[in-house]
Amino acid sequence: MIGLMGKLRPVFIFSVLALFLAGCGEENLSALKPKGYGAELLLDLMMISIAIMLFVFVIVMAIYTFVLIRYRRKKGEEDFIPKQTEGNKSLEIIWTVIPILLLLILAVPTVQATFDLADEQPRSEDGSITIEVTGNQYWWHFNYPDQEVSTSQDLYIPTGERVYLDMTSSDVIHSFWVPSIAGKMDTNPGGNENTMYLEAYEEGVYWGHCAELCGPSHSLMDFRVVAVSSEEYDQWISDMQNIDAEATPETASAQDGKAAFENSCMGCHAIGNSPAGVGPNLSNFGNRTKIAGILDYNKENLVDWIMNPDEIKPGNKMQGYNVSEEEAQQIADYLMQLDHTEVTPETVSNSSGEE
Amino acid sequence: MSNAIAQQRGLAAAIWDYMTTVDHKKIAHLYLVSGGLFFLIGGLEAMIIRIQLMKPDNDFISAGLYNEMITMHGTTMIFLAAMPIIFALMNAVVPLQIGARDVAFPFLNSLGFWLFLFGGLLLNVSWFTGGAPDAGWTNYAPLSTTSPGHGIDYYVMGLQISGAGTLIGGINFLVTIINMRAPGMTYMRMPLFTWTSFITSTLILFAFPALTVGLFLMMFDRMFGSAFFDVTAGGNEIIWEHLFWIFGHPEVYILILPLFGAFSDIISTFSKKRLFGYSAMVFATVLIGFLGFMVWAHHMFTVGLGPIANSIFAVSTMAIAVPTGIKIFNWLFTMWGGSIKMSAAMLWTVAFIPSFTIGGMTGVMLASAAADYQYHDTYFVVGHFHYVIVGGVVFGIFAALHYWWPKMFGKVLNEKLGHWAFWPFFIGFHLTFFIQHFLGLMGMPRRYWTYFEGQSLATGNMISTVGAFFMALGTLIFLYNVVYTAIKEPRASADPWDGRTLEWSIPSTPPFYNFKQTPLVRGLDPLWIEKMEGRKGITPAEPLGDIHMPNGSILPFLMSFGLFIAGFGFIYQVDHNAWFIAVAVGMGLTLGSMLTRSLKDDLGYHIHKEDLIEKGEGKE
Ligand code: HEC
Ligand SMILES: [Cu+2]
Repeated sequence: MIGLMGKLRPVFIFSVLALFLAGCGEENLSALKPKGYGAELLLDLMMISIAIMLFVFVIVMAIYTFVLIRYRRKKGEEDFIPKQTEGNKSLEIIWTVIPILLLLILAVPTVQATFDLADEQPRSEDGSITIEVTGNQYWWHFNYPDQEVSTSQDLYIPTGERVYLDMTSSDVIHSFWVPSIAGKMDTNPGGNENTMYLEAYEEGVYWGHCAELCGPSHSLMDFRVVAVSSEEYDQWISDMQNIDAEATPETASAQDGKAAFENSCMGCHAIGNSPAGVGPNLSNFGNRTKIAGILDYNKENLVDWIMNPDEIKPGNKMQGYNVSEEEAQQIADYLMQLDHTEVTPETVSNSSGEE
Repeated sequence: MSNAIAQQRGLAAAIWDYMTTVDHKKIAHLYLVSGGLFFLIGGLEAMIIRIQLMKPDNDFISAGLYNEMITMHGTTMIFLAAMPIIFALMNAVVPLQIGARDVAFPFLNSLGFWLFLFGGLLLNVSWFTGGAPDAGWTNYAPLSTTSPGHGIDYYVMGLQISGAGTLIGGINFLVTIINMRAPGMTYMRMPLFTWTSFITSTLILFAFPALTVGLFLMMFDRMFGSAFFDVTAGGNEIIWEHLFWIFGHPEVYILILPLFGAFSDIISTFSKKRLFGYSAMVFATVLIGFLGFMVWAHHMFTVGLGPIANSIFAVSTMAIAVPTGIKIFNWLFTMWGGSIKMSAAMLWTVAFIPSFTIGGMTGVMLASAAADYQYHDTYFVVGHFHYVIVGGVVFGIFAALHYWWPKMFGKVLNEKLGHWAFWPFFIGFHLTFFIQHFLGLMGMPRRYWTYFEGQSLATGNMISTVGAFFMALGTLIFLYNVVYTAIKEPRASADPWDGRTLEWSIPSTPPFYNFKQTPLVRGLDPLWIEKMEGRKGITPAEPLGDIHMPNGSILPFLMSFGLFIAGFGFIYQVDHNAWFIAVAVGMGLTLGSMLTRSLKDDLGYHIHKEDLIEKGEGKE
């Protein structure tokens, strides 16, 4: 039987390890600081594998250090001829069998977790949320088919509940990754639709990355997951369902901006519920966390983006229109007052993910 | 004046000699020099990558150029640096280790080299003609099939040509090892380097065709309007991923196995001990090679193959850790009880063990399918495969070069400089890549051109970049050592390391016919056996007789050069039909050379017994 010490030692190693790793990385970005079911499950799995690996590594290094110190050729030993051993049956069996056992210990939770994360059972239940995710060079579109809501770049989900994602791509392969909530999954073009689920524990704004090389602006294809309480989520949905895309803005500048926008930009950008277009859906743009996923949200940056999108995200598909600096200013005024809901990233109690 | 002309003529003659040679030892030189050059180019690309990532929001190079850099760095290092240097070692050593006078097909050996070289050159020409390939070394469709410009076309043609060379080389070594072993050199007496070269050649034979097929489909998609990978026309882009990894996973074993063999020979020599558990080592190698074909989908856990496929591939991948572990322990126990001499070759070998163990362990972590949903395509993976490929393959190449340098070039590399090159490289290596595991988990995907302030990624990246400079320093010292040794060091003896295998029984460098008389092998470590019985050399298996040798030929060079020209034709015929002329000229040259080769009898020549006696005695 394993003694008390034997039982406690792994726990001890574990907690030291966990403590050490938890120091790593930015809140709401790092996979080492899980804030959701998937990320937590996977961190536990990583811990098991690290513990097993460290155990093996310590043994290897102990033998290694001993051998190198003890059997190093010393002065005057040049003519010494060591015994030419052929091998040792029992030793060789030991270092074949023990690794097999250790790997089995790892294989079981691995298979469990793999099936757990593919579990679609609860989805058939009433009221479960499905969101269609589409990767595009270099932005993300999110469609809530049952609620008839669509949005881009900021993905709103309720906390404490599994949200199922149906994922595809409109061009090349991308990969949807929110490290602190769940692992990643590729979005494939064509018929290969993938599914995964997100379950956020706490309200917050979480970083998302594209993780599959998709062109020059691959590293600029960021997005956010905004997890809100389920009441706020319901509120958000109903607000988004009732967007009046035609509403006249208050200021004169924004009114001009609306006209210019409808003139130059509507071909690619929609406001209100609509199928994914060439460009992001700009509903509720007044509450975006970032512009184009990466720029800090302010008017200067927005004008800059409208004037030179290709300098900011090389190779992106926003092109072929012509607006003056002044029009861009007006459009920015228009877009920034598109405040379609009370539920904003600022209302989220824990938004330490923001810089 | 006349002296200068004579020198020029000497140089021209030497170049001609190398262009036409079919001698495996000279082909080894060719492979080493060109692989070394590509290694430097790939290294330069790596430095540019690390400078770009040195600090957040950096724009040292543009995003588009960055993607070309990472693509060419990976492609160059794998296909144009590691592969040819391994072929250099196999060429230099395998025939000597099995007591053969050359490889089975000397002509094909030369063809394999020139195909590789012209393929590699073609690929690198893309830098100067409007952009290198930019879809990553994995070249996933549809990013690759839709990439503008001709970069990807260069990737396809370049790798197709050099891949043909590799395939030819692999088949050649298979036949050589099966057919050309000296009397008494049974399979279970072959040195481990020969064994692992044998298994690697088998892997090449079965893995490269998958790449060839993939590249052909890609070529037709890009150049002739087919739609194998085009989903909008009913194709399927995932097929490329499968084809690529069915080749790509065995490829990493193709790279590492020969160096496992080199490490085994080196450890055994410098511990003055027979390899511990020889048959287990052989068995483990075979098993790794076999399992290597059953795990490719572990590169595709996030593609959406489903939990059943993911679990199967997770478990099969974990299984590979067992034979690899066996090898590590066998190496440790070879040293156990030995008399370890820390030469430069041994130093690289000893450094390999912990480095590779870490790489193997992160490999097992990656095999854990669900956890890979976090690791995949992040710097964790970058850290992992550099631990295996640098910590295993590159360390192995350095070790093997130090070990066999006297056999290849007749001089022992300066030991002191060898140690001096090792330390910065070793320290730099761990600085560069260890931290990358953490960067990945902290949320940094791989192939990212930049990252932002406020993501806590700056320190780690800075450390990594500093490490890269240390590695560059180590490489430069090694190069200096090569020059220094060539100028300053005395000629090496036949057996400078107190070796155990056949290559150490003949002079360094060996005469062009290798063995005056084919040796008789009486057991594992044949030279050691003879030494222990107080004899100086190996007992010959035959009386002195005439030796049949193959003639040199320029045809392999011409065949490959033809494909090089045709490659341009294929790439640019998309723009203009006139380029089909280049296809015709190139293919004409290649096919014409093949015809010449087929129709013209070339029976080689004989070295006469009498000449051998003179020459042989002159040497000793
Ligand atoms: C040809 C189609 C096209 C046109 C025309 C176009 N855009 Fe875009 N727009 C895009 C695309 C594609 C993106 C996503 C770019 C990216 O992030 O890669 C985008 C992104 C944006 C964003 C950032 C969205 C977000 O969620 O952060 C804004 C704002 C924007 N466009 C405004 C405009 C304005 C204003 C105009 C008219 C002057 C305009 N666009 C015209 C295609 C277009
Ligand atoms: Cu992407």
